[in-house]
Amino acid sequence: MSFVDIDRADGLSAQRFWERPGFKRFRRHKLAVFGTVAIIALTLACLIGPWLLPYSDTFIDIRARFALPFSGPHILGTDPLGRDVLARLLMAGRISLAVGFAAMMIAMAIGICIGLVAGFYEGIIGATLMRLVDAMLCFPSIFLLLAISALIQPSVPSIVLLIAATSWMEVARVVEAQIRSLKTREFAQAAVSFGASNKRIMFRELLPNAVAPIVVAATLNVAHAILAESYISFLGYGIQAPTPSWGNMLESAQSYLTSAPWLAILPGLAITLAVTSFNFVGDGLRDALDPRMDLP
Amino acid sequence: MSAFLLRRFAQAVLLLFIVSMIGFVILHLAPGGPLSQFAAGGEMAQQDLDRIAEQLGLNRPLPIQYAEWLWRMLAGDWGSSYRDGQPVLHVIASHIGATLELMLTSTLLAMLLGAWIGILGAIRRYSLFDSLATIGAMIALSIPTFWFGLVVIYVFSVGLGWLPAGNRYTIGDGSLLNQVHHLIGPVMVLALVSTAVWSRYMRSSMLEVVNQDYVRTARAKGLPERSILIRHALRNALLPMITITGLHVPTLLSGALVTETIFTWPGMGRLFLDSISYRDYPVVMGILMFTAVLVLLGSLVADLLYGIADPRISRSG
Repeated sequence: MSFVDIDRADGLSAQRFWERPGFKRFRRHKLAVFGTVAIIALTLACLIGPWLLPYSDTFIDIRARFALPFSGPHILGTDPLGRDVLARLLMAGRISLAVGFAAMMIAMAIGICIGLVAGFYEGIIGATLMRLVDAMLCFPSIFLLLAISALIQPSVPSIVLLIAATSWMEVARVVEAQIRSLKTREFAQAAVSFGASNKRIMFRELLPNAVAPIVVAATLNVAHAILAESYISFLGYGIQAPTPSWGNMLESAQSYLTSAPWLAILPGLAITLAVTSFNFVGDGLRDALDPRMDLP
Repeated sequence: MSAFLLRRFAQAVLLLFIVSMIGFVILHLAPGGPLSQFAAGGEMAQQDLDRIAEQLGLNRPLPIQYAEWLWRMLAGDWGSSYRDGQPVLHVIASHIGATLELMLTSTLLAMLLGAWIGILGAIRRYSLFDSLATIGAMIALSIPTFWFGLVVIYVFSVGLGWLPAGNRYTIGDGSLLNQVHHLIGPVMVLALVSTAVWSRYMRSSMLEVVNQDYVRTARAKGLPERSILIRHALRNALLPMITITGLHVPTLLSGALVTETIFTWPGMGRLFLDSISYRDYPVVMGILMFTAVLVLLGSLVADLLYGIADPRISRSG
């Protein structure tokens, strides 16, 4: 069936990916490069860091509680139980980043499927699905997150599902619009005239051509998921202690704002760094993959 | 115009209907459902719980419960709070003022500040100011609102002692000055994200306009730069902003919930959080519906105003 794939023979596959114009544009986007480096560094630190530190994140040393950052053996100080803040920050980062990635994957799967079906079939199926999307978007995100989170047993998997269940709508909209316009293009109509099945047209013809906006949406979705996790954990309905996450570290730090401000400042900085980086990368990808789009 | 209005209105009603169904199903499919609050006390035997379920109609099939709830809601009876027995509408009404005060003030601030940053960024494109504004806006969009709230409290209330750390006014002092003083902190926090959004959209909208023919004509006529920018460019660049403001309502409401929690502001967001932890389902459902109405109203008003402001917009879509 190679004749169906004619539109992909655009000569680009002969180039290495770093020679492609899209990658060059991405590399020129300084903020996006910064974001990429920061994400890699943050991920590596969270994965490897805890092994290199002399303290475990759960080691309680009540005599060393509230140690100031940069003042002794504990680089970033200790918390009210004398646990090493840096070790906790890195372990929390594992949870927060993993939740962000996992929630994004599920949200993308839901959003792509719904958008694909709605955009391809339009008509009554499409209209029904898109009204569902519109209706879900009528709830301000935190209200919806909290309404559901109060009802479930908080655990890492349930929080992931919760975030995914409330953040697939934008993706569905993006994919639906793409598919609806791609469907009318010559290559798609050619596939129809060859007698290709609906499934084949959707997954082999249309979806690969909608990859650029999907990748951008996925990147921004990770940023959203990390923020969402921190919000519900901060409000007490997310990841529960003793499992540390950046959000619930902030929740417990709230009570010591006057006496130990670093307990609140550090996790907040970590969230901001992670979310900003993903937003920078998403922005850079948007510029790189579709130069015509000039969104703020 | 009226046909368009009618269609948009019908769409909004349909959406509200779906929204109410989603909300109802989410709350009632939960393990324990609305009864869990009564069960949590541990004082009640199973017969008591059964009787309560019977009295509240919770033992009937979900579709029938929904139909009855919908019917009553349309008649203006949104049920009464499990917590204090007050009618839901009354409870919401007593909290909405504080939330609107917060939202409107910060929107106003964000509009002025965001427009100024955006315009300046567009005029001096790629200048240092523009780059800093771009990075600043991206960071502002990434900062968790609650964390920024804590930082504001730490710096301005704990450190400098300039601002009160919470509440809407000091008890026993209802003066306007006192209220404004309490408003500064929460508005600063809530306006951060809106300012970032506004400045980004203002900048790109302004950039689009300054390349138009009529701006070139105005320049060719020899008008002073100031008058070109304000009379010709800005007036047209502001048009898309109407839509942004309308569509920004959900983000603003989410931000308000967090801000109210941090600053113990007696608004609807905090009421929602309290009602959730108390499993006060009628109030939770009421607030969910109410926010959905606000969101839909925002997008409806955005559409309408945009049509009035720019008659070229076609109504066929």
